[in-house]
Amino acid sequence: MVHAFLIHTLRAPNTEDTGLCRVLYSCVFGAEKSPDDPRPHGAERDRLLRKEQILAVARQVESMCRLQQQASGRPPMDLQPQSSDEQVPLHEAPRGAFRLAAENPFQEPRTVVWLGVFSLGFALVLDAHENLLLAEGTLRLLARLLLDHLRLLAPGTNLLLRADRIEGILTRFLPHGQLLFLNDQFVQGLEKELSAAWPR
Amino acid sequence: MFSAGAESLLHQAREIQDEELKKFCSRISKLLQAEDLGPDTLDSLQRLFLIISATKYNRRLEKTCVDLLQATLGMAACPEQLQVLCAAILREMSPSDSLSLVWDHTQNSRQLSLVASVLFAQGDRNEEVSAVGQGVLRALESRQPEGPSLRYLLPIMAKVVVLSPGTLQEDQATLLSKRLVDWLRYASLQQGLPHSSSFFSTPRARQPGPITEVDGAVATDFFTVLSTGHRFTEDQWLNVQAFSMLRAWLLHSGPEGLGILDTDDRSEQEGSTLSVISATSSAGRLLPPRERLREVAFEYCQRLIEQSNRRALRKGDSDLQKACLVEAVLVLDVLCRQDPSFLYRSLSCLKTLHGRVRGDPASVRVLLPLARFFLSHGEAAAVDSEAVYQHLFTRIPLEQFHSPMLAFEFVQFCRDNLHLFGGHLGTLRLSFPNLFKFLAWNSPPLTSEFVALLPALVDAGTALEMLHALLDLPCLTAVLDLQLRSLPASSERPLWDTSLRAPSCLEAFRDPKFQGLFQYLLRPKASGATERLVPLYQLLQPMAGCARVAQCAEAVPTLLQTFFSAVTQVADGALINQLALLLLGRSDSLYPAPGYAARVHSVLSSQFLALCTLKPSLVVELARDLLEFLGSVNGLRSRASLVTSVVSPQGGHCADDHTDEAGLPEPRPDPQVPGRGGREASWLSWGRDVASEVFPSRCLEMMAAAQGLSVAVKDEDPDSESSHQLHAQQGGCGSHLHPGHGAADPAEDAQCGPVCAHTQHGGVQPPISPRCQHGPAPGLAHGQPAGGEGGRPPAGMKGQRPGTPVQMKRVRESWERRQGPGWAWHPQRPMGLAPAHPLGFVSEPFSPRQR
Repeated sequence: MVHAFLIHTLRAPNTEDTGLCRVLYSCVFGAEKSPDDPRPHGAERDRLLRKEQILAVARQVESMCRLQQQASGRPPMDLQPQSSDEQVPLHEAPRGAFRLAAENPFQEPRTVVWLGVFSLGFALVLDAHENLLLAEGTLRLLARLLLDHLRLLAPGTNLLLRADRIEGILTRFLPHGQLLFLNDQFVQGLEKELSAAWPR
Repeated sequence: MFSAGAESLLHQAREIQDEELKKFCSRISKLLQAEDLGPDTLDSLQRLFLIISATKYNRRLEKTCVDLLQATLGMAACPEQLQVLCAAILREMSPSDSLSLVWDHTQNSRQLSLVASVLFAQGDRNEEVSAVGQGVLRALESRQPEGPSLRYLLPIMAKVVVLSPGTLQEDQATLLSKRLVDWLRYASLQQGLPHSSSFFSTPRARQPGPITEVDGAVATDFFTVLSTGHRFTEDQWLNVQAFSMLRAWLLHSGPEGLGILDTDDRSEQEGSTLSVISATSSAGRLLPPRERLREVAFEYCQRLIEQSNRRALRKGDSDLQKACLVEAVLVLDVLCRQDPSFLYRSLSCLKTLHGRVRGDPASVRVLLPLARFFLSHGEAAAVDSEAVYQHLFTRIPLEQFHSPMLAFEFVQFCRDNLHLFGGHLGTLRLSFPNLFKFLAWNSPPLTSEFVALLPALVDAGTALEMLHALLDLPCLTAVLDLQLRSLPASSERPLWDTSLRAPSCLEAFRDPKFQGLFQYLLRPKASGATERLVPLYQLLQPMAGCARVAQCAEAVPTLLQTFFSAVTQVADGALINQLALLLLGRSDSLYPAPGYAARVHSVLSSQFLALCTLKPSLVVELARDLLEFLGSVNGLRSRASLVTSVVSPQGGHCADDHTDEAGLPEPRPDPQVPGRGGREASWLSWGRDVASEVFPSRCLEMMAAAQGLSVAVKDEDPDSESSHQLHAQQGGCGSHLHPGHGAADPAEDAQCGPVCAHTQHGGVQPPISPRCQHGPAPGLAHGQPAGGEGGRPPAGMKGQRPGTPVQMKRVRESWERRQGPGWAWHPQRPMGLAPAHPLGFVSEPFSPRQR
């Protein structure tokens, strides 16, 4: 099962980019059980903690991606698409996985699978012992759908105000964080359904 | 793409004041009250979602607005766009006390799914998860065709099982198992009908076609996730959902809830049941539901394995075949653990599968679950699976070290299954040179994995070779790079840094003269021999500055700490002596990656002291070698920290009384080593002379190090090893440990937890937290807020850099306190001019006997 999905910014490697790593969208599929906290504002603290957890993952993904880009000597211009019509070769995009120990930052140990596409990072936070190959495929599929259906590569496109489309994609392809074994025809079927609800 | 416009939008969303938000909410309330479900409402809800999700602090919404959002979620005629946004907003506000959503079975399944997502976000404060689970179960029980479509409800059930495992009663679990059997085994073999058939369509066109395999052949057996068609029926969708949640459910519903049998009982059960296998399989349909589900799961996995052999027409299906193979093996593993009668039936099929995938580089990821299966069950089934591990540990790292996902999964496999290795642990331990290839190439994500794995790999027999290998890790990175470059070009993007050109290195790599050394470094297994790689360091110098080498060099100090923590647990006296000598010997023979020697010296010096603490007689036994080391040190300045460490215990040892607690024989008088009485004096004066001659301006550091003070001193050369050493001691793991992690913003600063203090008293040090080495790690475990967007660094973290005035003052006070009256603070005064210490050049902490 997937615990969370997030989209965040990736800063250019090898440059003194002073901006921060921004979480642009995140979805937690079922919160970890809240601690029994009798103090007031427990719910607020809980929410703050969840936000911090997601941010911590985003920063770590960003860092991993930057290190991988540096190591493979990819120029920073790789963060910009040459043209918005270009088919993004997601199979060659920087990607990786790392483990998060229990209590750091989540209660349970988790594995993060990530994918870097130009200046966007996509990440799945998985329960331990998930099928990583399936998770990797699902993450690639989600990234492809998001790029296509939100036209993320087109100049001026803004995913911040298109959360409904992202939700629409997730409820179909990752319902409640369940990784699905979808063959090509199932993917096409779901995509048709999506296009009917959200005409492009 | 994320642009300046988006950044400004994010800022605007954060900076919206409560008053503005209130006005905005009442506008939304009006729209929702009027049941205006048009584009205005959509746009407003999108903005409201952004306002709430963009900040980590709570946003207060009017109760009316929250109620209307919930009501809209329940509206039957509301477009999906609006409902997903309502649910997302409510989820983003969660956990919330003002929620009144409940599971209402009259809603359609899409709405129910959205309601569940909001309820799941509450953190199970009021047992919402269990309530949702009961709701889904009622729908499962009813079996009414007009009820909510189960296709959308099954993933909810899967989540309930994970979030709240104890929520289902026995009979409910039985019911779910029964339904899963139906969907898994009896989904229809005809394609689904088009949703609407037009007036003109002929009956023939409406005839659904048969389901096919991924290669286009008509399916001959039951439906699985690898069966395809143009349209799918409800039960085919449920088949996909059911298989996707199968493993989690089997684990949950197995014996003892977690499906793990007591290992002691297992072999007995496995032995006793092998003879009754045939009875189990033939009586399949008469089994109780839970066993029946296992039987069906077994058949399903076998069918998937068979289907994966087909040549997929589409790339996506080919990828899915691999993922299905992994899952099938994992499910079979669970089945065999729960019911050993499956073992015999699984083995032959999995052996064939192994034979099939071991030659296919595209299926390499399947080898890991297969190996796990043989590790778990090989012994019980009396199968010699050594060949499986030999192939896995010899070939795969050698050929696939550059795949980041495989590297992670491989190391995770080793780490998670250590308890299963048993008699095969030797194979794993001997394979460390191969495992280090993953590490050398992918150090950022793997360093923490190896910190966990390394102690299990350390063995007294290979400890020296492993220490050499760890010290040569950055050199290995460079050689792996050359290896990839020298391979015939593949069609994909090159895996190495194309901006780096090192023709001389590549020539050297192909030069038969150096083949021996390169092959030694690339050896797949521990060889028992050690080679001096100094010629390679010079040859490969042009690659020392490349980013991948630098990253690996950053990781080595942490790994060395872990190595020494582990090796001191298994080392006898002789090995400790050898380690100490190796440590001194390697101090001037390291790959010249920038800053590498300095960081390694820092660890080596502290570890040398730790070894002396562990074995006090080491100083006496190795007296001649130590003296030689001090006498022959070339470029002493570059190894100041190590020299300090070597001089220190000797002074301390000599300053002590002359009894030998360890009962070790007195060393023979040696003309080169001054006699007992005079030795002390000469050591001390010699040490003092060396120190004052070689590094006069560093006297304070040395004193500080000698006294175990964890301080930082301003150094005129910020890159010198002494400043690195003191950084490490001080516990700042900020920017200097990793080039990729300049603490550009306070948020990142705040993420760094404290590094273990450098204790020269305390013997072996705990390893530096891996989180400090790679990647900004969240600081939450330390009870610190992680800062972050809009966050502030915790008090005390900011500005804590060596050499600040505050720091210097603290150092001075601490120093003066220790010295007592009469000692004046002179940061610039050379060591030689310091007042004579009653105990000599170094003070008490280094003498183990005084502790």
